[in-house]
Amino acid sequence: MSGAGVRAALRMGGALLLVVGLPAVLVTVWWFASAGSTSFYEPPLHRIVSTFGRVWTPERLRTDVLPSVLRLLGGYALAGAAGVGCGVLLGSYRTARAVAEPVLELFRAVPPPVLVPVIMLFAGIGDTMKVVVIAFGCFWPVLLNTVEGVRAVDQVADETARCYGVRGGRRLLRLVLPSAGPQIMAGLRQALSIGIILMVISEMFAASSGIGFTVVEFQRSFAIPEMWTGILVLGLLGVVLSLLFRLVEQRVLGWYHGLRGARREGGGGHA
Amino acid sequence: MLEIRHLRKVYEGTGRSVEAIRDIDFTLAQGELVCLVGPSGCGKTTLLKCVAGLLRPSAGSVLLDGSPVTGPRPGLAIVFQEYGRSLYPWLRVGDNVELPLRHRKGLSRTERRTRAAEALATVGLAEAGRAYPWELSGGMQQRVAIARALAYRPEVLLMDEPFAAVDAQTRADLEDLVRRLWTERGMTVLFVTHDIDEAVYLGERVLVLSRSPTVVLEQIEVGLPVRRDQLTTRADPEFTRLRTRVLERIRGTVPDAAARDQ
Repeated sequence: MSGAGVRAALRMGGALLLVVGLPAVLVTVWWFASAGSTSFYEPPLHRIVSTFGRVWTPERLRTDVLPSVLRLLGGYALAGAAGVGCGVLLGSYRTARAVAEPVLELFRAVPPPVLVPVIMLFAGIGDTMKVVVIAFGCFWPVLLNTVEGVRAVDQVADETARCYGVRGGRRLLRLVLPSAGPQIMAGLRQALSIGIILMVISEMFAASSGIGFTVVEFQRSFAIPEMWTGILVLGLLGVVLSLLFRLVEQRVLGWYHGLRGARREGGGGHA
Repeated sequence: MLEIRHLRKVYEGTGRSVEAIRDIDFTLAQGELVCLVGPSGCGKTTLLKCVAGLLRPSAGSVLLDGSPVTGPRPGLAIVFQEYGRSLYPWLRVGDNVELPLRHRKGLSRTERRTRAAEALATVGLAEAGRAYPWELSGGMQQRVAIARALAYRPEVLLMDEPFAAVDAQTRADLEDLVRRLWTERGMTVLFVTHDIDEAVYLGERVLVLSRSPTVVLEQIEVGLPVRRDQLTTRADPEFTRLRTRVLERIRGTVPDAAARDQ
């Protein structure tokens, strides 16, 4: 292996160590600190781990994890589309903003879990209710960030579009949305964590499947190690989704990270 | 032909109004290169935006080939000073140049590509189409902005202090590029600057503007040869004479120079 190859490998190793270092330490501490635990509610980690494979069979992944994930994705996609759509509208028109602002502030102040019983009245206790709850919670960060992003479109960039006759849908696609992109993605990232929380909460109320439902079931039947495995599954799901999100973000906002890198390096933009 | 007829611009604020331009009146013949020079903050950019149809004048009018300019229109293109904000960082260089051509009817994808590639080659950036603007130096980015304007094929090219943010050497190169494009393409160019040397070096005619509220102090014909270069032209006694005259006019040391010359 060449010297450069070794250095690259070392750098990669270093980066990997940074990422997995703290989690590894925490798991180790948990493992040994709980090893001798005789408490019924806090079983040793090795018991939780050995239970894991028995509980989360492919069958259960299909009947409980998959429905949860589908509801989450459904609500999230709905909120994303509605949030960006309304955000572009409110960000573009001052009058629309003035009219909508008080109502938005009111709705935004309502914690979404409170709405679960209310939405149950309208949407029943099926998947619709859960999707609506998730969508309602995810909508706000997307909306508010999109509004800010759209309002912050650079004046010179906008005058360039006007001067060259770039209008309407083309202006939206080539100027407004890409320019607001970093803000929109920030909103979508916040929305993702809110979505996961609401997915679990909505399943704890009235459900017959889902990760949240499973955790509550185990808890009620005093299957404590099994309950803990459910929480581990939720944590893992969160990690996986956030990694996926980062992959998408790096693709969509590749230009943004490049631009920021260029500015950091040489105060870019100067000859 | 571009006519600016008694243009006036007053910014109406809350409780007070600011008169940026009092009365500006001049004409650009087809294929002429005219420089507007004036002190900083003298309403040059305001004037250019009114000409481009981006701002509505409070009084007076702008006519392009006899028809009034009431909004942005195909015959006019601008090169802005802030290339970093005028080029879209999310589009590659080639796409930036193509953007204004996308809604041109009767222009196929291939023609669009060819035009953009041609324009980039003209400004010496034939290889840069796939790069992002922020991967290029400032001078190169401004070349891209010029290429974008060229590909649009305007009758009148408006340039708003385009080289104020680049270093001296790059600036000299870009000035020569503008001269070359003007002689090759026969475009009408209105070039705004606060740099007196630049105005005299580039222009066939220099309009000297006053402080705000702006009026035209004087029009000076530049009797320098068409072929200009940074070494000999700048050493030409005529160049020195002209720049001194513009400077005096801007500084106000010869308030009635116009009267004396007659």
